Amino acid sequence: MDFNDSPEEAAYRETARAWLEKNAAEHKGNASANGRRPNSPEHMAMAKSWQAKKAEAGYACITWPKEWGGGGGTPLQSVIFGQEEAKVGVNYGYFTIGLGMCVPTVMAFADAETKTRFVGPAMRGEEIWCQLFSEPAGGSDVAATRTKAIRDGDEWVINGQKVWTTGAQYCDYGILLVRTDPDVPKHKGLTMFWIDMHDPAVEVRPIHQASGGSEFNEVYFTDLRVKDSQRLGEVGDGWKVALVTLMNERLAVGGSSGPDYKLIMDLARQVTGPAGAAIKDGAFREKLADWYVAAEGLKLTRFRTMTALSRGQTPGPESSIGKIIAANQMQDMSNQGVEMEDQYGILVDPSEAPMQAAFQQSLLWAPGLRIAGGTDEILKNIIAERVLGLPGDVRVDKDVAFKDMPTGR
Amino acid sequence: MNFDYSDDQKFLKNEARKFLEARCTSAAVRKVLNDDDVSFDAELWKGVGEQGWLGAAIPEEFGGLGLGHVELCAIAEEMGRVVAPIPFASTVYFLAEAVLLAGDDAQKADLLPKIAAGELIGCFATSEGPGVVNASNLVCKVEGGKLTGVKIPVTDGDIADVAVVLANEGGKAGLFLVDLKGAGVSRETLKSLDPTRGVGRLTFSGAAATRLGGAGEGFALMEQVFDRAAVLLAFEQTGGADKCLEMAKDYAMGRYAFGRVIAGYQAIKHKLADMYVKNQVARSNAYYGAWALNTNAPELPVAASAARIAASEAYWFGSKENIQTHGGMGFTWEVDCHLYYRRSRQLGLVAGAPKVWKERLVSQLERRNAA
Repeated sequence: MDFNDSPEEAAYRETARAWLEKNAAEHKGNASANGRRPNSPEHMAMAKSWQAKKAEAGYACITWPKEWGGGGGTPLQSVIFGQEEAKVGVNYGYFTIGLGMCVPTVMAFADAETKTRFVGPAMRGEEIWCQLFSEPAGGSDVAATRTKAIRDGDEWVINGQKVWTTGAQYCDYGILLVRTDPDVPKHKGLTMFWIDMHDPAVEVRPIHQASGGSEFNEVYFTDLRVKDSQRLGEVGDGWKVALVTLMNERLAVGGSSGPDYKLIMDLARQVTGPAGAAIKDGAFREKLADWYVAAEGLKLTRFRTMTALSRGQTPGPESSIGKIIAANQMQDMSNQGVEMEDQYGILVDPSEAPMQAAFQQSLLWAPGLRIAGGTDEILKNIIAERVLGLPGDVRVDKDVAFKDMPTGR
Repeated sequence: MNFDYSDDQKFLKNEARKFLEARCTSAAVRKVLNDDDVSFDAELWKGVGEQGWLGAAIPEEFGGLGLGHVELCAIAEEMGRVVAPIPFASTVYFLAEAVLLAGDDAQKADLLPKIAAGELIGCFATSEGPGVVNASNLVCKVEGGKLTGVKIPVTDGDIADVAVVLANEGGKAGLFLVDLKGAGVSRETLKSLDPTRGVGRLTFSGAAATRLGGAGEGFALMEQVFDRAAVLLAFEQTGGADKCLEMAKDYAMGRYAFGRVIAGYQAIKHKLADMYVKNQVARSNAYYGAWALNTNAPELPVAASAARIAASEAYWFGSKENIQTHGGMGFTWEVDCHLYYRRSRQLGLVAGAPKVWKERLVSQLERRNAA
């Protein structure tokens, strides 16, 4: 039992590290403050040029076959490169959903011409993809999609609305799940298309989130016309296609940021509690121990996943535990951090609140993290059903035509 | 990355499971549970000795198998799964580890071969009353090589041959080896929260005591023994917690209420998912402890603390929610749930309560991240 790379893994890591050292410094250059801010044009330009550089060296999509420009490597090599890339601080999130979920779906279901057209530009960061699944009336229940497509000769006409679309404001293409037949039960009447996000019939509106920010979007379709050749999979097979996309989501959303145990320990050293220094408060110390143990548990569980990959096994839905722990821990820790500041905890201004308001900001962000990419409850269902093998829920919507299903507000 | 049991270790673990499932059945555990005059399963103890497991981590030069601590962890996990009613932890995790850690050549040559051969039961005696023992409340003392005082509770103290005792000598705490069959020792069996694990009071009135390790190192050595034991206990706890999840699942899959199996209700599914998450956190932290123990890494105190806290929480949660999942049946003497509920607390307290370990962990984190 150790943390050492196998000789092959060590050699791969060494090569990756050497490549990163040679290329990352030059790439980062002298980024301006604006250039370091996510979603700014400078930041995006840096991300795209870095992605192109990686693609050239076969590091952009390490597990993809070489014939598509990938690295022809293993999932573990992809993890190793990601670790080394994080160390040199050139991680960008813009391409994660497209390359992790959307383009693999295109590769699995599109014709050769479409694949040839899109795979390369996506890999090189020239075109960014988003995933258009969630709707106002279907979040956890994605198959309840209402956005509808009606056939018109060789085209389809699409009307409806998607929501919580990450990156829609800067994406070039998207994969879109729509209802093509409301007369059959809900899972059977769905079809998947790829669409051009720059089409005038597509309108992207930022969501003003409860946290105050606007990282996500609503996307409206008004008589959007797509060619039948943009269809991914058969008519009515959309759910099957969506499952291929969603298989990758838990891994893609796994990581998270936010205050860690060291930050709250530093805060506790600085502030006074109800009975002396906050760091001496027994209740706080117990919580601190719990947070450390959970965070370690998460990190070490990832090492176990890597071990499984290293031994040629395929990790399953066990990785669902990561987001449940991380999101709840973020909410609990940020709440305790804010409470520790006593009345001062009300302040959210980074120039006033301790630690640049890290605890206030994560307090406001945490509810979103507990929902995005699978709610706590859905993830627990996944663990219960797919890891432990417990039965699925009783389904009242299985044999009912979609149009006859009861709907709420 | 190689952060899991090796194939050889998995093979050993599987062998241990087969042996223990055959020899340590619920009926065997219940013989100890139901008989006030029996503190352990002597037949199982003999069988475990014959397998060589008592000496799994004892070097070959002292008659052990010389395998390593990860192998011992694998065996411990299986012991935990079957709530084995034997003094394995007291003898192997406490006595043998204390002797390996602090014993001189003569002490090792004397005791380790006997432990490995199954000729000797050990125990670790530190507590003297409710609360945490420390330099200001430690009463037991050694003068002129003679020990006086009372230790309570001492797990397996009622059946052990040798005790490691924390006591003052010349105003400084030390660890001492005491032959419990010798003069000046009286003992009685006490009632335990977990009757499948015996517990006793040891009263010393001039018992011969030999120091184990340096003078004045008593508390430091005790903590080091606790660190090592905590990792091994964490594997027993993780094994027990996994078993609780399996029991809850099996029951929920076969129990019908309101016309369908209760395993289909989200209240039950989410409960079991919560158990699974805690068990994974416990297992991952336990593995890290195993690595630190096996390599004698400087991270051991932090790793052991985290392993103990995570495993204690997982086992407690798993054992209580297993009863809850079983409903009324889970609260009967006949159903095994309470064996795990009892054992979860016994294991969670025997090397110090989780609350104490949380304080130890945070103290170490404070040092590691000095302001």
